[in-house]
Amino acid sequence: MTLDRIKRGQSFKISHILNDTVRSQAIRFGIAEGEWLTCEEVVPAGPIVIRKNRQQIALGRQLAKEINISLN
Amino acid sequence: MSHCHGCSIQINIPEGARRIVLAGNPNAGKSVFFNYLTGMYVDVSNYPGTTLEISHGRYKGDVVIDTPGVYGISSFNDEERVARDVILSADMVINVVNAVYLERDLFLTQQIIDTGVPVLVALNMVDEAARQGLHVDHQLLSQLLGVPVIPTVAVKKQGLEEVKQQLWQSRRGHADELLQQELDKLLSKVSNPGEALLILEGDAAVAERHGLQPLDRREEIYLQRRQRVNQLVGQVVKDSSKTASLTNSLSRMMIKPLTGIPILLLALYAMYQIIGVFVAGTVVGLTEETIMIGHFEPAIRSLVGSFISEESIPGTILIGEFGVLTMTFTYVFGLLMPLVMGFYFFLSLFEDSGYLPRLATLVDRLLTSIGLNGRAVIPLILGLGCVTMATITTRLLGSERERRIAIFLLGLTIPCSAQLGVIAGMLAAVGPEFVALYTLVILSVLVVTGTLMNTLLSGQSSNLLIDLPPLRFPRLPNVLTKTGIKSYQFLKEAFPLFALGALIISVFQVSGILTLLQNSLAPLTVGWLGLPKEAATAFIMGLIRRDFGAAGLADMPLTSIQTVVSLTTITLFVPCIASILVMFKERTKKEAAIMWLSTWVIAFFIGGIVAQLSQWLGVSTPLEVVSVIGAVLALAAITVLSARFLKKSQLPRSSRSKEVA
Repeated sequence: MTLDRIKRGQSFKISHILNDTVRSQAIRFGIAEGEWLTCEEVVPAGPIVIRKNRQQIALGRQLAKEINISLN
Repeated sequence: MSHCHGCSIQINIPEGARRIVLAGNPNAGKSVFFNYLTGMYVDVSNYPGTTLEISHGRYKGDVVIDTPGVYGISSFNDEERVARDVILSADMVINVVNAVYLERDLFLTQQIIDTGVPVLVALNMVDEAARQGLHVDHQLLSQLLGVPVIPTVAVKKQGLEEVKQQLWQSRRGHADELLQQELDKLLSKVSNPGEALLILEGDAAVAERHGLQPLDRREEIYLQRRQRVNQLVGQVVKDSSKTASLTNSLSRMMIKPLTGIPILLLALYAMYQIIGVFVAGTVVGLTEETIMIGHFEPAIRSLVGSFISEESIPGTILIGEFGVLTMTFTYVFGLLMPLVMGFYFFLSLFEDSGYLPRLATLVDRLLTSIGLNGRAVIPLILGLGCVTMATITTRLLGSERERRIAIFLLGLTIPCSAQLGVIAGMLAAVGPEFVALYTLVILSVLVVTGTLMNTLLSGQSSNLLIDLPPLRFPRLPNVLTKTGIKSYQFLKEAFPLFALGALIISVFQVSGILTLLQNSLAPLTVGWLGLPKEAATAFIMGLIRRDFGAAGLADMPLTSIQTVVSLTTITLFVPCIASILVMFKERTKKEAAIMWLSTWVIAFFIGGIVAQLSQWLGVSTPLEVVSVIGAVLALAAITVLSARFLKKSQLPRSSRSKEVA
């Protein structure tokens, strides 16, 4: 599934990020493909906030649609 | 010579001086180090080809150069391009890292080490880390990275002296070995290992400087670096924390609409009380009325008047009603400066506390529908202070498309504080239903114009991807310094434009063009807008300063609906002459001219629609006014929906063409 369908509090693993630039930027934030993260917050119809340790990142909804994740 | 990468910055480096470069992630605390090393005397220079300003100063015989906060050095945006070039030309780098976010910050550290430049790491905010239950073994970190690591608490001046003393202990750290072998192959063609690295990482700009093709190894290198950093962090950080603190739940409340909107309204209310009531009333009353008009203007008039008569042409231009020496100074120092400082104070407060990225997250959904993303909330709010200032701030937006939309919306729909004051006063005299009519018309124009631009402009706006730093209590010295720097930069940038604007208008006045314009506008004001003939004067005055226009209307006997129509038109009407000049500076001439003309057309078109609708539906009872509001909203909704429909019907076509390609 894609990241925009995540629910608050769920943990997930990033399986693929479509956009090249976003993929590289995410690696810098420590969000590489294969990493386990938690969904911190979902703004209704808006951005998804994800967390890894203390690092929190807000991603626009459209971007979240382009990120494939798995829940287990 | 082609390898002279650093020489694009206009900094005078004395003979034999070394370049000490400060680098780090955003909000790592670089500025404190910079100020500690350089003291008071700092130069700010514009980086060629970008809108970024780079601070540099002296430390003993050497030069200290600051860089924008970045998460890595590639070519993802202007900040990174600038940081990259400055770092590549460094003799040594002081890398400031945030001890709380080592996993993120050490990525840049390792990348800088991989470029082969000598590095010293300042492990900052160790107190904050300790409070959160994080202990970082800095000796082990130093050993593993191969460079000195000094724990610091920059805001409390802890560890800064040690950084100074060990400055030249900095060394080349442990670069990735496999990467090193790859780099050695390139070094026959590219002498600078840092540039070789970036070419390997696929940096097209650096590759071009050497006449090479960029190699597409970025992802592979990034992943390896990420792995190494994760390992490092695992070895040096001991975490004994309990998660979920009070700030965490506050952070959530700021992001969720249900609680976030009340928090935003509260923040805006505080801004209104301080800027709108205190600064605009009390402070400006003192600075504009008492100091500038009461003392400064008479003084300058009598000084200049003793050489040139005030009635002569040069006299009018210099010290007349719109005089370059009178109006410019009164306007900029008496009126704008206090307001701009007030707005920048709040912006710095929001920035320092970590509220801004959360606000951007909250409003992202709304702004994506008008082709912007959450970040654009900053210029839009600043626009309520001064549209000129806000137009300059649109530089922080991710793409040219977003800047185009934001600048146009600012010029068209956002009334600046000077104008808001007069508008609020005039609206106080009409019924609440008319106030609602005015507000909803302006908001509808904002939404409809944004939606239409989002539909019609080609390309796509960038998505929100923003780091949410921890919430913290803003530190006053930090906030005041930022306010000071930003206000000064605004002054430096806008003052000449205000002066030029005053000059242009004075010339118009002297040459009679002003009267000509007033007369030619008259049919439009009377016939189409249903206003008295004199209203044309107010519009022309609005060309100079938006509040002049509104103030011109305040003196006229107008009915309630005439007030609404004229205020609507004057709000949407062209921004003040300084904003227009900034628009021309920030965009191409053609684009700025189109924007400028469009504001004329839209202002009169919308004002006329409101006037015609109210004639048709009547405005003698509140219910009738509500029906006018309904009609306006219906028109707006129809326009937005048809624009959406148009976009939807276009989308499948474009995705098909992608498949074919």
